[in-house]
Amino acid sequence: MSTTTINTQKVNFNVFRFNADEDYLPYYENYSMDVTSEEVVLDILNRIKWDHDGSFSYRRSCRHGICGTCAIKVNGRVTLACKESMTDMIEVFGNELTIEPLSKKRAIKDLIIDKADFWEKHEQVTPYLDTEIDETPTAENIVTPAQAETLDEADLCIQCGACHYACPVVEISDEFMGPAAFAAAYRFEADIRDGNESRLTDVNKMGSGVWDCVKCFECADACPKEINPIEKIGKLHNMLFQSGKAESNIATRHAVGFERSIKRNGVLDEGSLVLYSELAGIVKHVPVALKMFSKGKIVPPWGIIKSDNLDEIQKLVKSSSTAKF
Amino acid sequence: MGKLKYALFTGCTAKQSTPEQMMSTMAVAEKLDIELVELTEASCCGASHLQDYDDFLSLVLNARNIAYAEKHELTMVTICNTCQLNTAMTKHRLDNSADLKARVNEKLGEIGLEYKGTSKITHFLYAIIDDFGLDKLKEMVVTPLSQFNIAPFYGCHNIRPSELQNETHDTPENSYNPTSLDDLIIACGGMTVDYEEKNKCCGFHAELQAPKVSAILTGNAIAGAMDGNADWIVTPCPLCHLKLDTQTGHASEAIGREVSLPVLHMQQMIGLALGCPPETLGMKHHITKVDFV
Ligand code: SF4
Ligand code: SF4
Ligand code: FES
Repeated sequence: MSTTTINTQKVNFNVFRFNADEDYLPYYENYSMDVTSEEVVLDILNRIKWDHDGSFSYRRSCRHGICGTCAIKVNGRVTLACKESMTDMIEVFGNELTIEPLSKKRAIKDLIIDKADFWEKHEQVTPYLDTEIDETPTAENIVTPAQAETLDEADLCIQCGACHYACPVVEISDEFMGPAAFAAAYRFEADIRDGNESRLTDVNKMGSGVWDCVKCFECADACPKEINPIEKIGKLHNMLFQSGKAESNIATRHAVGFERSIKRNGVLDEGSLVLYSELAGIVKHVPVALKMFSKGKIVPPWGIIKSDNLDEIQKLVKSSSTAKF
Repeated sequence: MGKLKYALFTGCTAKQSTPEQMMSTMAVAEKLDIELVELTEASCCGASHLQDYDDFLSLVLNARNIAYAEKHELTMVTICNTCQLNTAMTKHRLDNSADLKARVNEKLGEIGLEYKGTSKITHFLYAIIDDFGLDKLKEMVVTPLSQFNIAPFYGCHNIRPSELQNETHDTPENSYNPTSLDDLIIACGGMTVDYEEKNKCCGFHAELQAPKVSAILTGNAIAGAMDGNADWIVTPCPLCHLKLDTQTGHASEAIGREVSLPVLHMQQMIGLALGCPPETLGMKHHITKVDFV
């Protein structure tokens, strides 16, 4: 029989408190508690409520990592309170922990936030199978295991919002749809049964669409279901180019520009890439470019040192291309 | 410990917009007696933008770069976070899918190469920590940077996705509380600045498509370091460097506050501590003046 030792440690919790009906500004309440190694973050929230302050508010329901309601931030890290072990938290951050809602600016009462923006954006991507249904089918509509696999686990999303409120672009731009909405868009675009004609081009539109993602991978680290939303964003880009639906704009030209440059030089020609992406928009870069030039930071196209064995690279670009523009 | 030797994947930036990074890499390698064999055959890693256009092509091209490191039987060392991400990600995907590896090797076969998966891929920062050792580096410091408050700026692609970082390097980093660059600053005798943006995004990858968003992120990062009382910022990523060093005008405008701090490449910081003459570290190539050397 194996025995598990339960360790106890003292931990200081700084807990975000705010009541939108009464408080002008949020404040932090300090609770010092003995924490055992088998507790999860939700146990701590419960103990604060039961032992210290019955008005302390937070969301939880399933306690099994399924309902997605209990996501909060601990020392800036998004986490499902019911899944996250206190031992891990202490190991990463030490014995001073700050507990906050997913989004401070959206706080209503303590850790409870108004998640309306999350749901509005979710709705914008037509997050359901959009197809003509034959009401009197004569055969089963079979999805093969291989076809189901192309969803790449995007269907496991529990809408917890962890990725959404971890995303720095969501934080500063009200228009950006955010990683969860894009993962949902991918989930239905990748579904063989879906027939929606405009979803792919809608999410790929310039300005607040997938192209505004800064590729920080915060959403990949945030997701408790390991859905890796940024990877799905990449796939939405790929689908656009594979379907031949890509319009020419600064974002698509920027992506395609890499292939053009690699074909020509093996390496990137940074100046030409910006020029090709921006076209006439290049003028706004001129002041910085002049400064950079004077500091030896811009190499003209004729000064680019091409890769050795460039012919190999060119051959591969020819034989391995899968996209159109 | 025998002499350390790596296959150097310089990436494109070190050869173009951050010449100072190339210079300081070579200067530091020489001081530390690390041999770097430059992979002159390598192509661009795609910077996660070719990946958006044509994922399979990006895998084939990155696998070719790795195959050249394998030919030398050397670990590949990168000096750019984004090169590290895209190269290590290629390795991760090929090593975990026999089918994908076979499809990629079919293409590489056309040019007489094969991806085997025998070379490790590491960023120079982690090579110094994992292989060279910070204790040894510390012993070699001749000019401790003790009068400086230095703000570490980690750069997303070295620390996220965590899973990839953890599987690629001996020193596992927690992306929410990274320590490698802080440890390096301390080994160089400096004082580290703790600030919220140190593990956040500089905005580089959306600079053209979403200039406003991108500039706000840059501004917030520099402002965070300034509010932490930093004398300067240090980063292992040349793309973060470009953003923080050259875009202060747009960044200041975007956040409505004048922000600017000297930004050093990690190699320049090490070089200063090891007593490399500043001119070998390329300080004159910075846009935001490095006024303390
Ligand atoms: S990778 Fe893109 S979508 Fe994901 S958190 Fe970063 S900016 Fe947001
Ligand atoms: S993708 Fe992951 S983090 Fe984002 S809402 Fe779904 S389950 Fe939560
Ligand atoms: S309580 Fe349901 S996911 Fe945590």
